[in-house]
Amino acid sequence: MEMLNAVFVAPFVDMFTYPAFFVEVLLGGLTAGVMYSLVALGFVLIFKASGVFNFAQGVLALFAALTLVGLMTGTIPFSQNSMSALALPIWLAVIATGGVMVGLAYAIERVVLRPLVNQEEIIMFMSTIGLAFVLEGVGDMMWGSDVKALDVGIPSGSFEVNGVLVQVFDLWAAGIAAVMVAFLAVFFQKTKIGRALRAVADDHQAALSVGIPLKTIWVAVWSVAGLVALVAGIMWGSKSGVQFSLSLIALKALPVLILGGFTSIPGAIIGGLIIGVGEKVAEVYWGPLVNGAIENWFAYVLALLFLMFRPQGLFGEKIIERI
Amino acid sequence: MSAVENPRQISGEVLLNVEDISLSFGGVKAIRGVSFNILKGEIRAIIGPNGAGKTSMLNVINGFYHPQEGKITYKGETRSKMRSHVAAKQGIARTFQNVALFKGMSTLDNLMTGRLLKQREGILQQTVDMLLHAVYLGPAKRQEVVERKVVEEIIDFLEIEAIRKTPVGRLPYGLQKRVELGRAIAMEPELLLLDEPMAGMNLEEKGDMSRFIIDLNDQYGTTIALIEHDMGVVMDLSDRVVVLNYGEKIADGTPNEVSANQDVIDAYLGVS
Repeated sequence: MEMLNAVFVAPFVDMFTYPAFFVEVLLGGLTAGVMYSLVALGFVLIFKASGVFNFAQGVLALFAALTLVGLMTGTIPFSQNSMSALALPIWLAVIATGGVMVGLAYAIERVVLRPLVNQEEIIMFMSTIGLAFVLEGVGDMMWGSDVKALDVGIPSGSFEVNGVLVQVFDLWAAGIAAVMVAFLAVFFQKTKIGRALRAVADDHQAALSVGIPLKTIWVAVWSVAGLVALVAGIMWGSKSGVQFSLSLIALKALPVLILGGFTSIPGAIIGGLIIGVGEKVAEVYWGPLVNGAIENWFAYVLALLFLMFRPQGLFGEKIIERI
Repeated sequence: MSAVENPRQISGEVLLNVEDISLSFGGVKAIRGVSFNILKGEIRAIIGPNGAGKTSMLNVINGFYHPQEGKITYKGETRSKMRSHVAAKQGIARTFQNVALFKGMSTLDNLMTGRLLKQREGILQQTVDMLLHAVYLGPAKRQEVVERKVVEEIIDFLEIEAIRKTPVGRLPYGLQKRVELGRAIAMEPELLLLDEPMAGMNLEEKGDMSRFIIDLNDQYGTTIALIEHDMGVVMDLSDRVVVLNYGEKIADGTPNEVSANQDVIDAYLGVS
């Protein structure tokens, strides 16, 4: 009886007794959710175009953030030395890093993807695991493995509305994510490229036979995924410093994708928000019952439940297989 | 229907000519020095026992495989190899032995992918178009309507109205083959390559498919090259037949000439 009370009654009583605190928890969850969504977006893009879970997406974000910091501080690649004379202003460094990500997309298409045309998806997936390790190693060699601060001038600080503390940075993160999603949604869903992407993901050979330029599509998609990774890298880096654990955050994107559906851009956002809010609320209100740390596994349990009852996610395409 | 009774005209103009094509995978020689041509407006069959190199030949023609030796002349332009993107752009469409459809998409969407190339030329311009479409939804929608009309005509032609919105992964095999043909037709090809269009079909479905092939050739003047194992179908449909065996050409001529050829009979009956 006491147990039932602690699980089903007391947490809700708490929520209504201290609404301001509850709203703050929600906001914190939404912020974390936006960050997850940013990483998950990159996954969705690659998945839409190749049917492959890109294991390297987190490392892509890390690599982008490392490059950005390196350029901003004038670090000479591979030497660990920096010259302040080489330091680029923020806007130039961001553009240059964007250029690096597009160049990287070209290289990935040429070296990793092209030789694997028409291969099983699992083989492509394995190649992205390899890519993740290579990129992480190269990032380490080029820019060093120490934790770096990243400040691109996103305002920090906070203000109070009706007793609720709001972080300015969080609002910026939400705004940036919203703009990016709007852009991607229009670009990929309202244009012919959307149908071409689905075609490429479905069957390489058939796509080639109707004249879809596989190469161009892949470079375009990996470039966009690289740029999304750059934005994610900037946001995460500004919040908690550029460090190699960033690549692990990518794993949190997996439950987000299972929730939202692997092929849906809005799904990545909604999934991210649900996971972010869910794990924060669970941690604060139910965490004490099991001595905390719910945050670490909550997302995965939620994903498991989804796999049982709605394997295609909230917005994903239903997979149909005739046997 | 024999070639004699057929009212349509074959101009004698060569649409595609392959010369001395050799293709090998490591030590395996799939095609050895094969030459033949395809005339504009004809139905050309490629036959031969399993492993003769028929599908490899189609793959060479539409640029999936790049032969080590030989020349391919298409519409007067000679190349040592085709590129699949160029082939598609210049009007070569094809179907596959094991149906290669976009299984998650509806019949309609599959056919619409066949229209993807009906835009302006050039990767740069296409990208610009896509960006324009992203910003101004009006023109994109208008073009979509135009393409859709063409596709609806093809759906009528192939009598697949009922499965317009059905995801093709759910369709029975015979209908999948028909949808795949539809996607190839949607490209408005000049040369249509069909890899075993009747494989796995029952008699009625074969009859339908034959009718579509003849109508396509007759009404739209599409040149067709097809691989087929059903000899009855080959003899009825085709104007000329090329026979491959172990990667070599052993005969080339009208159905009657080929079926009387001793080498062909031996190859099919396994006499060496």
